[in-house]
Amino acid sequence: MSWKRKHLIDVDDWEREDFELLLEQTSNMDSILDRSIKKAPALRGKIVVNIFYEPSTRTRTSFEIAGKLLSADVINWTASGSSAAKGESLRDTIWTLEAMGADAVVIRHGEVGVPYYLVEKLKKASVINGGDGTHAHPTQALLDLYTAWRELGSLDGKKVAIVGDILHSRVARSDIYAFKAVGAEVYLSGPSTLMPTDINSLNATYEPNIAEAIEGADIIYMLRIQRERQDAGLFPSLDEYHRRYGLTDRLIGKAKKGALVMHPGPINRGVEIASSVADGPQSFILKQVRAGVAVRMALLYLMLGGVKE
Amino acid sequence: MIKKVIMTEEEMDRTLSRIAYEVAEHLKGFNDVVIVGVQRRGVSLAKRLQKSFRDMDGVEVPMGELDITLYRDDLTLLQDQPLVRSTSVPVNITGKRILLVDDVIFTGRTVRAALDALMDLGRPSLVQLAVLVDRNNRELPIHPDYVGLKISTDKSDVVEVRVKEWDGDDQVILWEDGGEG
Repeated sequence: MSWKRKHLIDVDDWEREDFELLLEQTSNMDSILDRSIKKAPALRGKIVVNIFYEPSTRTRTSFEIAGKLLSADVINWTASGSSAAKGESLRDTIWTLEAMGADAVVIRHGEVGVPYYLVEKLKKASVINGGDGTHAHPTQALLDLYTAWRELGSLDGKKVAIVGDILHSRVARSDIYAFKAVGAEVYLSGPSTLMPTDINSLNATYEPNIAEAIEGADIIYMLRIQRERQDAGLFPSLDEYHRRYGLTDRLIGKAKKGALVMHPGPINRGVEIASSVADGPQSFILKQVRAGVAVRMALLYLMLGGVKE
Repeated sequence: MIKKVIMTEEEMDRTLSRIAYEVAEHLKGFNDVVIVGVQRRGVSLAKRLQKSFRDMDGVEVPMGELDITLYRDDLTLLQDQPLVRSTSVPVNITGKRILLVDDVIFTGRTVRAALDALMDLGRPSLVQLAVLVDRNNRELPIHPDYVGLKISTDKSDVVEVRVKEWDGDDQVILWEDGGEG
Protein backbone atom coordinates (compact mmCIF):
# COMPACT_ATOMS: atom_id res chain seq x y z
CA MET A 1 0.00 0.00 0.00
CA SER A 2 1.31 3.45 -0.78
CA TRP A 3 0.32 7.04 -0.13
CA LYS A 4 -1.29 9.03 -2.93
CA ARG A 5 -2.70 12.11 -1.26
CA LYS A 6 -1.05 15.40 -2.00
CA HIS A 7 -3.23 17.58 0.24
CA LEU A 8 -4.89 17.22 3.63
CA ILE A 9 -8.04 19.30 3.93
CA ASP A 10 -10.22 16.98 5.97
CA VAL A 11 -10.20 13.35 7.03
CA ASP A 12 -13.82 12.82 5.98
CA ASP A 13 -12.76 11.13 2.75
CA TRP A 14 -10.25 8.81 4.44
CA GLU A 15 -10.78 5.07 4.52
CA ARG A 16 -9.95 2.94 7.50
CA GLU A 17 -6.72 1.76 5.85
CA ASP A 18 -5.56 5.37 5.37
CA PHE A 19 -5.88 5.93 9.11
CA GLU A 20 -4.09 2.65 9.86
CA LEU A 21 -1.22 3.45 7.52
CA LEU A 22 -0.80 6.86 9.09
CA LEU A 23 -0.85 5.44 12.64
CA GLU A 24 1.87 2.98 11.70
CA GLN A 25 4.02 5.67 10.07
CA THR A 26 3.47 7.95 13.06
CA SER A 27 4.72 5.34 15.50
CA ASN A 28 7.95 5.07 13.50
CA MET A 29 8.36 8.87 13.60
CA ASP A 30 7.53 8.88 17.30
CA SER A 31 10.63 6.81 18.10
CA ILE A 32 12.80 9.58 16.61
CA LEU A 33 11.60 11.89 19.41
CA ASP A 34 13.33 9.65 21.97
CA ARG A 35 16.77 9.89 20.35
CA SER A 36 19.53 12.17 21.47
CA ILE A 37 19.84 13.38 17.86
CA LYS A 38 16.22 14.10 16.99
CA LYS A 39 16.68 14.69 13.29
CA ALA A 40 16.54 12.81 10.02
CA PRO A 41 17.43 14.16 6.57
CA ALA A 42 14.33 13.01 4.62
CA LEU A 43 12.96 16.48 3.80
CA ARG A 44 16.22 18.29 3.11
CA GLY A 45 15.66 21.04 0.59
CA LYS A 46 11.90 21.24 1.17
CA ILE A 47 10.21 24.43 2.34
CA VAL A 48 7.15 24.36 4.56
CA VAL A 49 5.30 27.61 5.17
CA ASN A 50 2.93 28.03 8.11
CA ILE A 51 0.28 30.62 7.23
CA PHE A 52 -1.72 31.48 10.32
CA TYR A 53 -4.59 33.94 10.19
CA GLU A 54 -5.74 32.93 13.66
CA PRO A 55 -3.60 32.80 16.78
CA SER A 56 -2.20 29.38 17.57
CA THR A 57 0.79 28.27 19.56
CA ARG A 58 0.66 24.53 19.63
CA THR A 59 -0.43 23.73 16.09
CA ARG A 60 2.00 26.16 14.52
CA THR A 61 4.90 25.19 16.78
CA SER A 62 4.13 21.52 16.31
CA PHE A 63 4.27 21.84 12.50
CA GLU A 64 7.44 23.86 12.82
CA ILE A 65 9.17 21.27 14.99
CA ALA A 66 7.89 18.37 12.86
CA GLY A 67 9.25 19.95 9.69
CA LYS A 68 12.57 20.77 11.30
CA LEU A 69 13.07 17.28 12.73
CA LEU A 70 12.84 15.99 9.17
CA SER A 71 15.26 18.70 7.96
CA ALA A 72 12.75 20.83 6.03
CA ASP A 73 13.08 24.59 6.26
CA VAL A 74 10.03 25.99 8.00
CA ILE A 75 8.88 29.56 7.66
CA ASN A 76 6.16 31.15 9.78
CA TRP A 77 3.94 33.74 8.20
CA THR A 78 1.39 35.40 10.43
CA ALA A 79 -1.33 37.75 9.31
CA SER A 80 -0.54 40.47 11.82
CA GLY A 81 2.48 42.55 10.93
CA SER A 82 2.66 41.09 7.42
CA SER A 83 1.58 42.12 3.97
CA ALA A 84 -1.97 41.06 4.96
CA ALA A 85 -1.98 44.04 7.30
CA LYS A 86 -1.23 46.18 4.24
CA GLY A 87 -4.27 44.75 2.51
CA GLU A 88 -2.69 42.04 0.37
CA SER A 89 -5.23 39.42 -0.63
CA LEU A 90 -4.86 35.80 0.41
CA ARG A 91 -4.45 34.82 -3.23
CA ASP A 92 -1.53 37.18 -3.77
CA THR A 93 0.03 36.06 -0.50
CA ILE A 94 0.00 32.37 -1.40
CA TRP A 95 1.20 33.00 -4.93
CA THR A 96 4.06 35.03 -3.52
CA LEU A 97 5.00 32.28 -1.07
CA GLU A 98 4.80 29.63 -3.78
CA ALA A 99 6.99 31.76 -6.04
CA MET A 100 9.55 31.74 -3.23
CA GLY A 101 9.59 27.96 -3.43
CA ALA A 102 7.15 26.70 -0.81
CA ASP A 103 6.59 22.94 -1.17
CA ALA A 104 3.88 22.77 1.48
CA VAL A 105 1.56 25.34 2.95
CA VAL A 106 -0.05 24.83 6.33
CA ILE A 107 -3.07 27.12 6.61
CA ARG A 108 -5.08 28.13 9.67
CA HIS A 109 -7.99 30.44 8.89
CA GLY A 110 -11.20 31.55 10.59
CA GLU A 111 -13.26 31.01 7.44
CA VAL A 112 -14.54 27.60 6.43
CA GLY A 113 -13.19 26.36 3.11
CA VAL A 114 -10.05 28.50 2.78
CA PRO A 115 -7.83 25.40 2.41
CA TYR A 116 -9.92 24.26 -0.57
CA TYR A 117 -9.35 27.67 -2.13
CA LEU A 118 -5.59 27.20 -1.70
CA VAL A 119 -5.70 23.79 -3.37
CA GLU A 120 -7.41 25.43 -6.31
CA LYS A 121 -5.03 28.36 -6.57
CA LEU A 122 -1.67 26.75 -5.87
CA LYS A 123 0.08 25.07 -8.76
CA LYS A 124 2.59 22.88 -7.01
CA ALA A 125 2.55 23.10 -3.22
CA SER A 126 0.76 20.66 -0.93
CA VAL A 127 -1.91 22.18 1.29
CA ILE A 128 -2.45 21.08 4.87
CA ASN A 129 -5.43 22.34 6.82
CA GLY A 130 -4.34 23.58 10.24
CA GLY A 131 -7.95 24.39 11.15
CA ASP A 132 -10.58 26.24 9.09
CA GLY A 133 -13.42 27.96 10.96
CA THR A 134 -15.83 25.47 12.47
CA HIS A 135 -15.23 23.01 9.64
CA ALA A 136 -12.28 20.70 10.26
CA HIS A 137 -9.00 20.28 12.09
CA PRO A 138 -7.70 17.05 10.59
CA THR A 139 -4.24 16.98 12.16
CA GLN A 140 -5.80 17.34 15.63
CA ALA A 141 -8.06 14.36 14.93
CA LEU A 142 -5.10 12.31 13.72
CA LEU A 143 -2.98 13.08 16.77
CA ASP A 144 -5.93 12.26 19.04
CA LEU A 145 -6.42 8.98 17.25
CA TYR A 146 -2.73 8.15 17.52
CA THR A 147 -2.63 8.98 21.25
CA ALA A 148 -5.57 6.66 21.92
CA TRP A 149 -4.32 3.90 19.60
CA ARG A 150 -0.86 3.92 21.11
CA GLU A 151 -2.32 3.43 24.57
CA LEU A 152 -5.25 1.13 23.85
CA GLY A 153 -4.28 -0.70 20.68
CA SER A 154 -7.25 -1.41 18.44
CA LEU A 155 -10.06 1.10 18.91
CA ASP A 156 -12.75 -1.28 17.62
CA GLY A 157 -15.77 -1.10 19.89
CA LYS A 158 -14.14 1.42 22.23
CA LYS A 159 -16.38 4.11 23.65
CA VAL A 160 -15.39 7.74 23.17
CA ALA A 161 -17.31 10.54 24.93
CA ILE A 162 -16.78 14.02 23.50
CA VAL A 163 -18.03 16.72 25.85
CA GLY A 164 -18.54 20.45 25.40
CA ASP A 165 -19.16 22.93 22.62
CA ILE A 166 -19.77 20.59 19.69
CA LEU A 167 -21.53 23.34 17.73
CA HIS A 168 -18.46 25.55 17.24
CA SER A 169 -15.85 22.80 17.30
CA ARG A 170 -13.88 21.82 14.22
CA VAL A 171 -12.00 19.44 16.49
CA ALA A 172 -15.19 17.56 17.39
CA ARG A 173 -16.22 17.24 13.75
CA SER A 174 -12.90 15.78 12.67
CA ASP A 175 -12.55 13.57 15.75
CA ILE A 176 -16.01 12.06 15.43
CA TYR A 177 -15.25 11.02 11.88
CA ALA A 178 -11.78 9.67 12.68
CA PHE A 179 -12.77 7.63 15.75
CA LYS A 180 -15.78 6.16 13.97
CA ALA A 181 -13.70 5.26 10.93
CA VAL A 182 -11.52 2.96 13.04
CA GLY A 183 -14.47 1.30 14.74
CA ALA A 184 -15.05 3.31 17.93
CA GLU A 185 -18.48 4.39 19.20
CA VAL A 186 -18.87 8.10 19.81
CA TYR A 187 -21.11 9.79 22.38
CA LEU A 188 -21.57 13.54 22.61
CA SER A 189 -22.53 15.60 25.62
CA GLY A 190 -22.88 19.28 26.52
CA PRO A 191 -25.61 21.91 26.79
CA SER A 192 -28.19 21.63 24.02
CA THR A 193 -27.45 25.27 23.10
CA LEU A 194 -23.96 24.12 22.08
CA MET A 195 -25.13 21.23 19.91
CA PRO A 196 -25.57 21.61 16.16
CA THR A 197 -29.15 21.43 14.90
CA ASP A 198 -28.12 18.69 12.46
CA ILE A 199 -26.71 16.60 15.29
CA ASN A 200 -28.07 13.38 13.80
CA SER A 201 -25.94 13.85 10.71
CA LEU A 202 -22.82 13.54 12.91
CA ASN A 203 -23.49 9.82 13.39
CA ALA A 204 -22.93 10.01 17.12
CA THR A 205 -25.25 9.59 20.09
CA TYR A 206 -26.20 12.76 21.98
CA GLU A 207 -26.59 12.35 25.72
CA PRO A 208 -27.30 15.64 27.55
CA ASN A 209 -26.32 14.21 30.94
CA ILE A 210 -22.53 14.06 31.08
CA ALA A 211 -22.49 11.32 33.73
CA GLU A 212 -24.41 9.05 31.39
CA ALA A 213 -22.40 10.04 28.35
CA ILE A 214 -19.14 9.01 29.99
CA GLU A 215 -20.54 5.89 31.66
CA GLY A 216 -18.14 3.07 30.79
CA ALA A 217 -16.16 5.27 28.36
CA ASP A 218 -12.61 4.31 27.36
CA ILE A 219 -11.82 7.87 26.32
CA ILE A 220 -13.21 11.13 27.69
CA TYR A 221 -12.53 13.98 25.31
CA MET A 222 -13.16 17.44 26.75
CA LEU A 223 -13.52 20.42 24.42
CA ARG A 224 -12.35 23.92 25.21
CA ILE A 225 -15.07 26.38 26.18
CA GLN A 226 -14.59 29.73 24.52
CA ARG A 227 -15.48 32.52 26.86
CA GLU A 228 -17.18 34.56 24.15
CA ARG A 229 -19.89 31.87 23.95
CA GLN A 230 -21.02 32.97 27.39
CA ASP A 231 -21.41 36.55 26.18
CA ALA A 232 -23.57 35.19 23.38
CA GLY A 233 -25.85 33.73 26.03
CA LEU A 234 -25.26 30.08 25.14
CA PHE A 235 -24.69 29.19 28.80
CA PRO A 236 -25.27 31.25 31.95
CA SER A 237 -21.80 31.35 33.53
CA LEU A 238 -18.45 29.57 33.50
CA ASP A 239 -19.12 28.52 37.06
CA GLU A 240 -22.38 26.90 36.20
CA TYR A 241 -20.82 25.31 33.13
CA HIS A 242 -18.19 23.74 35.33
CA ARG A 243 -20.77 22.42 37.77
CA ARG A 244 -22.80 20.76 35.02
CA TYR A 245 -20.24 19.81 32.39
CA GLY A 246 -16.79 20.15 33.94
CA LEU A 247 -14.77 16.96 34.26
CA THR A 248 -14.03 16.27 37.92
CA ASP A 249 -12.41 13.37 39.77
CA ARG A 250 -15.84 12.26 40.93
CA LEU A 251 -17.19 12.13 37.36
CA ILE A 252 -14.22 10.16 36.04
CA GLY A 253 -15.33 7.32 38.32
CA LYS A 254 -18.27 6.76 35.93
CA ALA A 255 -15.94 5.94 33.03
CA LYS A 256 -14.02 2.73 32.58
CA LYS A 257 -11.19 2.28 35.08
CA GLY A 258 -8.08 4.02 33.72
CA ALA A 259 -10.03 5.81 30.97
CA LEU A 260 -7.96 8.28 28.95
CA VAL A 261 -8.70 11.96 29.56
CA MET A 262 -7.96 14.04 26.48
CA HIS A 263 -8.28 17.70 25.52
CA PRO A 264 -7.08 19.59 22.42
CA GLY A 265 -5.72 22.48 24.50
CA PRO A 266 -5.30 25.11 25.59
CA ILE A 267 -7.23 24.06 28.68
CA ASN A 268 -9.42 26.29 30.85
CA ARG A 269 -8.67 24.99 34.31
CA GLY A 270 -11.77 24.99 36.46
CA VAL A 271 -14.11 25.40 33.48
CA GLU A 272 -14.35 22.31 31.27
CA ILE A 273 -11.78 20.41 33.31
CA ALA A 274 -10.76 20.48 36.99
CA SER A 275 -7.07 21.13 37.58
CA SER A 276 -6.71 17.89 39.52
CA VAL A 277 -7.99 15.96 36.48
CA ALA A 278 -5.85 17.86 33.97
CA ASP A 279 -2.76 17.10 36.07
CA GLY A 280 -3.95 13.67 37.22
CA PRO A 281 -2.72 10.21 36.31
CA GLN A 282 -5.38 9.68 33.64
CA SER A 283 -4.57 12.88 31.76
CA PHE A 284 -3.11 12.29 28.29
CA ILE A 285 -3.06 15.98 27.40
CA LEU A 286 0.73 16.29 27.19
CA LYS A 287 1.00 12.95 25.40
CA GLN A 288 -1.36 14.41 22.80
CA VAL A 289 1.04 17.32 22.34
CA ARG A 290 3.95 14.97 21.71
CA ALA A 291 1.81 12.85 19.39
CA GLY A 292 1.08 16.02 17.44
CA VAL A 293 4.73 16.36 16.46
CA ALA A 294 5.01 12.71 15.38
CA VAL A 295 1.76 12.80 13.38
CA ARG A 296 2.80 15.96 11.56
CA MET A 297 6.21 14.44 10.77
CA ALA A 298 4.47 11.45 9.21
CA LEU A 299 2.12 13.68 7.20
CA LEU A 300 4.83 16.02 5.94
CA TYR A 301 6.96 13.02 5.00
CA LEU A 302 4.17 11.27 3.11
CA MET A 303 2.82 14.36 1.39
CA LEU A 304 6.08 16.01 0.38
CA GLY A 305 7.75 12.94 -1.04
CA GLY A 306 7.24 10.96 -4.16
CA VAL A 307 5.66 12.32 -7.30
CA LYS A 308 2.02 13.19 -6.73
CA GLU A 309 -0.62 13.86 -9.38
CA MET B 1 14.01 -13.18 -17.02
CA ILE B 2 15.97 -16.36 -16.38
CA LYS B 3 15.76 -17.83 -12.89
CA LYS B 4 18.83 -19.32 -11.23
CA VAL B 5 18.94 -20.57 -7.68
CA ILE B 6 22.33 -19.45 -6.42
CA MET B 7 21.90 -20.54 -2.81
CA THR B 8 19.67 -23.29 -1.45
CA GLU B 9 18.31 -23.39 2.10
CA GLU B 10 21.13 -25.69 3.19
CA GLU B 11 23.79 -23.53 1.55
CA MET B 12 22.33 -20.44 3.14
CA ASP B 13 22.53 -22.10 6.57
CA ARG B 14 26.12 -23.14 6.06
CA THR B 15 27.11 -19.74 4.65
CA LEU B 16 25.64 -17.90 7.63
CA SER B 17 27.46 -20.21 10.07
CA ARG B 18 30.69 -19.56 8.24
CA ILE B 19 30.12 -15.80 8.46
CA ALA B 20 29.38 -16.19 12.17
CA TYR B 21 32.72 -17.98 12.73
CA GLU B 22 34.60 -15.34 10.71
CA VAL B 23 33.04 -12.57 12.76
CA ALA B 24 33.90 -14.32 16.02
CA GLU B 25 37.49 -14.82 14.91
CA HIS B 26 37.91 -11.29 13.62
CA LEU B 27 36.33 -9.52 16.55
CA LYS B 28 38.01 -11.85 19.05
CA GLY B 29 34.81 -12.52 20.94
CA PHE B 30 31.62 -10.54 21.39
CA ASN B 31 32.59 -7.99 23.98
CA ASP B 32 30.77 -4.68 23.25
CA VAL B 33 29.35 -6.10 20.01
CA VAL B 34 25.86 -5.08 18.83
CA ILE B 35 24.27 -6.65 15.74
CA VAL B 36 22.19 -4.26 13.66
CA GLY B 37 20.06 -5.62 10.83
CA VAL B 38 18.94 -3.38 7.97
CA GLN B 39 15.15 -3.60 7.40
CA ARG B 40 13.75 -5.96 6.38
CA ARG B 41 15.74 -9.00 5.25
CA GLY B 42 18.89 -7.82 6.95
CA VAL B 43 16.95 -8.10 10.20
CA SER B 44 16.08 -11.74 9.50
CA LEU B 45 19.72 -12.55 8.77
CA ALA B 46 20.88 -10.62 11.84
CA LYS B 47 18.61 -12.78 14.00
CA ARG B 48 20.22 -15.91 12.59
CA LEU B 49 23.71 -14.60 13.25
CA GLN B 50 22.62 -13.78 16.78
CA LYS B 51 21.47 -17.39 17.17
CA SER B 52 24.76 -18.71 15.75
CA PHE B 53 26.71 -16.65 18.30
CA ARG B 54 24.50 -18.03 21.05
CA ASP B 55 25.05 -21.62 19.89
CA MET B 56 28.76 -21.02 19.47
CA ASP B 57 29.62 -19.17 22.67
CA GLY B 58 26.49 -19.19 24.78
CA VAL B 59 26.44 -15.38 24.61
CA GLU B 60 23.41 -13.21 23.94
CA VAL B 61 24.70 -10.48 21.65
CA PRO B 62 22.29 -7.49 21.64
CA MET B 63 20.49 -6.97 18.35
CA GLY B 64 18.63 -4.06 16.81
CA GLU B 65 16.85 -3.19 13.58
CA LEU B 66 17.57 -0.18 11.42
CA ASP B 67 15.33 1.42 8.81
CA ILE B 68 17.12 3.59 6.29
CA THR B 69 14.12 5.07 4.48
CA LEU B 70 14.51 8.60 5.89
CA TYR B 71 18.17 8.54 4.86
CA ARG B 72 17.78 7.45 1.23
CA ASP B 73 19.39 9.62 -1.43
CA ASP B 74 16.65 9.04 -3.99
CA LEU B 75 13.58 10.29 -2.09
CA THR B 76 13.01 13.10 -4.56
CA LEU B 77 13.31 10.75 -7.53
CA LEU B 78 10.86 8.00 -6.59
CA GLN B 79 7.32 7.88 -7.86
CA ASP B 80 5.89 6.85 -4.48
CA GLN B 81 7.25 7.85 -1.12
CA PRO B 82 8.50 4.63 0.49
CA LEU B 83 6.90 3.84 3.85
CA VAL B 84 9.02 4.12 6.96
CA ARG B 85 9.68 0.96 8.98
CA SER B 86 10.70 0.67 12.57
CA THR B 87 14.15 1.52 13.85
CA SER B 88 14.80 -0.01 17.22
CA VAL B 89 18.22 -0.54 18.73
CA PRO B 90 17.83 -1.58 22.36
CA VAL B 91 21.19 -0.36 23.63
CA ASN B 92 23.17 2.87 23.40
CA ILE B 93 25.60 2.20 20.55
CA THR B 94 28.17 4.80 21.57
CA GLY B 95 31.52 3.07 22.07
CA LYS B 96 30.11 -0.25 20.82
CA ARG B 97 31.35 -2.43 17.97
CA ILE B 98 28.56 -2.67 15.41
CA LEU B 99 28.07 -5.59 13.08
CA LEU B 100 25.82 -4.19 10.36
CA VAL B 101 23.93 -6.91 8.47
CA ASP B 102 22.18 -6.69 5.12
CA ASP B 103 21.06 -9.26 2.59
CA VAL B 104 22.66 -7.90 -0.59
CA ILE B 105 25.24 -5.24 -1.33
CA PHE B 106 24.80 -3.71 -4.76
CA THR B 107 25.39 0.00 -5.39
CA GLY B 108 26.45 0.63 -1.79
CA ARG B 109 23.83 3.35 -1.38
CA THR B 110 21.82 1.47 1.22
CA VAL B 111 24.92 1.02 3.33
CA ARG B 112 25.78 4.71 3.00
CA ALA B 113 22.27 5.52 4.28
CA ALA B 114 22.58 2.93 7.04
CA LEU B 115 25.85 4.45 8.23
CA ASP B 116 24.25 7.89 8.45
CA ALA B 117 21.22 6.47 10.26
CA LEU B 118 23.53 4.66 12.67
CA MET B 119 25.58 7.78 13.45
CA ASP B 120 22.38 9.59 14.42
CA LEU B 121 21.85 6.94 17.10
CA GLY B 122 25.29 7.29 18.65
CA ARG B 123 29.03 7.05 18.01
CA PRO B 124 30.14 3.44 17.68
CA SER B 125 33.83 2.62 18.08
CA LEU B 126 33.73 0.34 15.03
CA VAL B 127 31.29 -0.59 12.28
CA GLN B 128 31.72 -3.71 10.18
CA LEU B 129 29.47 -4.95 7.42
CA ALA B 130 28.27 -8.49 6.78
CA VAL B 131 26.23 -9.37 3.69
CA LEU B 132 24.88 -12.61 2.36
CA VAL B 133 25.47 -11.68 -1.30
CA ASP B 134 27.91 -9.22 -2.85
CA ARG B 135 26.80 -8.62 -6.43
CA ASN B 136 29.36 -5.93 -7.47
CA ASN B 137 28.19 -2.88 -9.51
CA ARG B 138 29.22 -0.54 -6.67
CA GLU B 139 28.55 3.19 -7.11
CA LEU B 140 30.16 4.26 -3.84
CA PRO B 141 33.50 3.33 -2.23
CA ILE B 142 31.94 0.91 0.26
CA HIS B 143 32.99 -2.70 0.81
CA PRO B 144 31.73 -5.44 3.10
CA ASP B 145 33.93 -7.10 5.72
CA TYR B 146 32.15 -10.47 5.61
CA VAL B 147 30.62 -11.89 2.42
CA GLY B 148 28.54 -15.04 2.02
CA LEU B 149 28.66 -15.30 -1.75
CA LYS B 150 30.32 -13.02 -4.27
CA ILE B 151 28.83 -13.04 -7.75
CA SER B 152 29.13 -11.04 -10.91
CA THR B 153 25.87 -9.58 -12.20
CA ASP B 154 24.58 -7.08 -14.69
CA LYS B 155 22.95 -3.96 -13.35
CA SER B 156 19.59 -5.02 -14.71
CA ASP B 157 19.69 -8.42 -12.98
CA VAL B 158 17.78 -8.93 -9.75
CA VAL B 159 19.10 -10.81 -6.73
CA GLU B 160 16.27 -12.01 -4.54
CA VAL B 161 17.07 -13.17 -1.04
CA ARG B 162 14.11 -15.12 0.32
CA VAL B 163 13.71 -15.75 4.04
CA LYS B 164 11.16 -17.96 5.78
CA GLU B 165 9.79 -15.11 7.93
CA TRP B 166 8.67 -13.02 4.97
CA ASP B 167 8.74 -15.27 1.92
CA GLY B 168 7.96 -18.75 3.22
CA ASP B 169 11.29 -20.30 2.24
CA ASP B 170 15.05 -19.74 2.48
CA GLN B 171 16.96 -19.37 -0.79
CA VAL B 172 18.71 -16.87 -3.01
CA ILE B 173 17.60 -16.45 -6.61
CA LEU B 174 19.37 -14.61 -9.39
CA TRP B 175 16.97 -13.30 -12.03
CA GLU B 176 19.04 -12.70 -15.13
CA ASP B 177 17.78 -10.08 -17.47
CA GLY B 178 19.58 -11.74 -20.41
CA GLY B 179 20.01 -8.41 -22.15
CA GLU B 180 16.37 -8.09 -23.17
CA GLY B 181 16.16 -4.82 -21.27
